[in-house]
Amino acid sequence: MLFAGISILYLPILVLIGYSFNASPLVNVWGGFSTAWYGELMHNRQLLQAALLSLEVAIAASTGALILGTLAAIALVRFTRFRGRLLLTGMVNAPLVMPEIITGITQLLLFVSMLQLFAWPHRGFTTIVLSHVTFCSAYVTITVQSRLQAADRALEEAAMDLGASPLRAFMEITLPIIAPALISSWLLSFTLSLDDLVISSFVAGPGASTLPMVIYSKVKLGVSPDINALASIIVCAVGACVVTAGYLMVRGDRRRAADIRLAGS
Amino acid sequence: MRAGTSKSHNMKNPWRPGRWLIILPPLIFLFVFFLIPFAFAFKISFAEAAPRVPPFTDVISWTADHHLQLRVTLGNYRYLLTDQVYGVAYLYSLRTAFFSTLICLLLGYPMAYAIARAPKSTQNLLLLVLMLPFWTSFLLRVYALEGIIRDNGFLNTMLLRLGLIHQPFHIMHTGVAVYIGIIYSYLPFMVLPLFATLEKLDPTLLEAASDLGSTPRRAFLDVTLPLSIPGVIAGAMLVFIPAVGEFVIPSLLGGPNNLMIGRVLWDEFFGNHDWPVASAVAIAFLLLLAGPIAIYQYYNVRQIEA
Repeated sequence: MLFAGISILYLPILVLIGYSFNASPLVNVWGGFSTAWYGELMHNRQLLQAALLSLEVAIAASTGALILGTLAAIALVRFTRFRGRLLLTGMVNAPLVMPEIITGITQLLLFVSMLQLFAWPHRGFTTIVLSHVTFCSAYVTITVQSRLQAADRALEEAAMDLGASPLRAFMEITLPIIAPALISSWLLSFTLSLDDLVISSFVAGPGASTLPMVIYSKVKLGVSPDINALASIIVCAVGACVVTAGYLMVRGDRRRAADIRLAGS
Repeated sequence: MRAGTSKSHNMKNPWRPGRWLIILPPLIFLFVFFLIPFAFAFKISFAEAAPRVPPFTDVISWTADHHLQLRVTLGNYRYLLTDQVYGVAYLYSLRTAFFSTLICLLLGYPMAYAIARAPKSTQNLLLLVLMLPFWTSFLLRVYALEGIIRDNGFLNTMLLRLGLIHQPFHIMHTGVAVYIGIIYSYLPFMVLPLFATLEKLDPTLLEAASDLGSTPRRAFLDVTLPLSIPGVIAGAMLVFIPAVGEFVIPSLLGGPNNLMIGRVLWDEFFGNHDWPVASAVAIAFLLLLAGPIAIYQYYNVRQIEA
């Protein structure tokens, strides 16, 4: 059951990668092995431009989300009582389930109204980044929150007893402990931002097109072999990054656990 | 150790002076960019479409003699009630999301159970393998699914070659394709919260049940299942709520009859350029989801604080 379930999750991606090497542009005919579609990608200016915009947005948005989301996680874990705590909890959790289409249209209406009132922000890079930061920071908070809760508070308190300021104690003790969560939530934000179609379509405005927007408009017209090639590249690149990051994090955790055991003995 | 931690909680929190520097940035940002937008959508849902930029009339404006003017129309909401498309789309979306959630639960529960019972070393690998597709593009995965279920796709080609069928199954652009898409895309969201609760389950409880003479089946029904209800609810909400508003899946895999509310909203906005009606659809949709979102928040907060 488990293996059947998991292998079904992967089948479409494997078939897609197979199709991307099909020399024939017809999907039901195998025209032999070819990498022509990959070569064709390099000459598609529209696609390259959109990919560049998406990368820039993803880097900016995941960095912003990492900062805001981590602050929110610290606030929620460390400060048990403050005014607005319930509001913050609600606003952190709601974007995880809120249908993208609602977030997209409401944020667009905000940006348009803001532009009328303050002459800022113009639709494009800025608005896409702002809305991506909003939903990505929710994922960051959830990830960092659970890690922070598991972190042993006593270590930080010991550092403060030894004279470290709260900030220094946090930076030198807690930050290394939650570092794996920070890395994985940055990566998660990056991939979510890179992948977002619906929210971007609403807030991007007529001038800007992200990669998913270009892919969607091509795919909507039917199967296109160069998108198969592009999809294979994206899926493999992201997969490799995630597996590497996961491996490094598990290894880091093991080493830390070993250090703690050593210090304890 | 625990006593020491709780004692220091009572002591003066050393973070106190700087804590608003930590709390305020996310609080203000999310308030402005997540909560305030709903107020604007609410306002604009009472406006009228107009050929200008932005394409709707002012609800609140200043007249020439400095009076505040309020121009509210309920026409958009009346339109939602009278035009059948919206009612049909809302119902169709709710029904599709409900049955997809149910199927995800039936498939996901045994998977989560198997992962929770697996040895620790395999567990991490299984979780990684389960989550990996979630990390790769959602749009591309939905597109990849088309390669499987198309009339001349992988599934039909295989079945025809094996001689199991003589006519290809017509799945693409039907409701079945939408179901397959939603279940395929959202299954991990069901498995993860289920796994989280099943993993925390104390195995001595099951031993106690069996010592007291209950069969494994009884023990499952009386102990495991009730204790995993929070996970079931969290998973169900994580699938149900986004599925109701799903756009990409019905748009790429569904046919013209599979009119889900996300698609209607999209068409209203990008096709008809009627922003006020699109706002009204969004607000009505949000009201519909308020209940499930509140349930999700309640269980989520309880689980995190626990």
